[in-house]
Amino acid sequence: MSDSQAIAQGMHPEGSDVHDEHPSYLRHHFNSVEQQADTAGFAMWLFLLTEVMFFGGLFTAYLIYRNWYYAAFVAASHQLDVVLGTMNTVVLIFSSFTMAMGVWCAETKRRKGLIVSLLLTIALGLVFLGIKTVEYREKFEKHHVPGNHYSLQSFINPASDPAATAAGDKPLAVDMAQHTEVYFSLYFAMTGMHALHMIIGIGILVFMVIRAQAGAFTSGHVTFVENFGLYWHFVDIVWIYLFALLYLISRHA
Amino acid sequence: MSEQKEHAHHIVSPKVYVVILLALLVGTAATVGASFIDMGPWNPVINLAIATTKATLVVLYFMHVKYGTKLTKLTIVAGIFTFAGLVAMTLSDYSSRAWGQF
Repeated sequence: MSDSQAIAQGMHPEGSDVHDEHPSYLRHHFNSVEQQADTAGFAMWLFLLTEVMFFGGLFTAYLIYRNWYYAAFVAASHQLDVVLGTMNTVVLIFSSFTMAMGVWCAETKRRKGLIVSLLLTIALGLVFLGIKTVEYREKFEKHHVPGNHYSLQSFINPASDPAATAAGDKPLAVDMAQHTEVYFSLYFAMTGMHALHMIIGIGILVFMVIRAQAGAFTSGHVTFVENFGLYWHFVDIVWIYLFALLYLISRHA
Repeated sequence: MSEQKEHAHHIVSPKVYVVILLALLVGTAATVGASFIDMGPWNPVINLAIATTKATLVVLYFMHVKYGTKLTKLTIVAGIFTFAGLVAMTLSDYSSRAWGQF
């Protein structure tokens, strides 16, 4: 008896007559396609929970330091550009939408639709990283990157800084101003790890476009696209919180 | 019956995705607008409430959890509960020691 016969006759609880034929992508240790998809989805969620814990640690550090060095965190967050942050939030929401449409195209076996959706997701991801680069560049120019060249100028003498003046910042004492470096350390750690997730995601998207062009994902086996969608949406959720906490929360404090 | 429903692969329609997309854009506009209004201690509360609403919409609809298995829902709730517990314990630890003395 061959393996496939054994599966068809031995492992389907409803009886072999219903499932004489089974798709080639059904692994022999699963009873059904549904069970296989549910298992993969469960595993993906377990992975995402480890990601929640990973980013959660950074968010907790931010929460504690913001309460300790409140004045420094408020002044430092005024250095972020809300317009660029909002643009990036909108870009990422649209990329989540195009990814969701990609999953739908895969489920309904639309090969061209899937490829277009994935390409749009890549394009929006790159726009996000481009805007992030503009923001990082400004931080380097103003010496707001933690390290030897860090400058307290914007916080000790806010009148010299257009962003600080616009926010109506009052001068900070030097010891408090020094803690703005903690804010920017967390800013670069959190947005940097988020950007790394985007870069990895874009790499996988490129791989998926190549596979989709060869006809993959649109013949009923959509698990890979679906689970990548979960990853991409998770990265979107991380940004929703980063935008709220880094850019907005101290806007009017 | 409900067991069967749970396991049938549910395809979420593009209409739902468009509605969620619009809701997320409205949420973004609301949170940016709210951050420029001085509401004292309510600013961070409103800010996080809107962010959590947006995240919940993404999880339920974009990530299909609303149509997912009980196992998936339980996994997520357990994960969030564990995370909340860890944050609570960390905060109680820090706040009962040399708060802000480092």
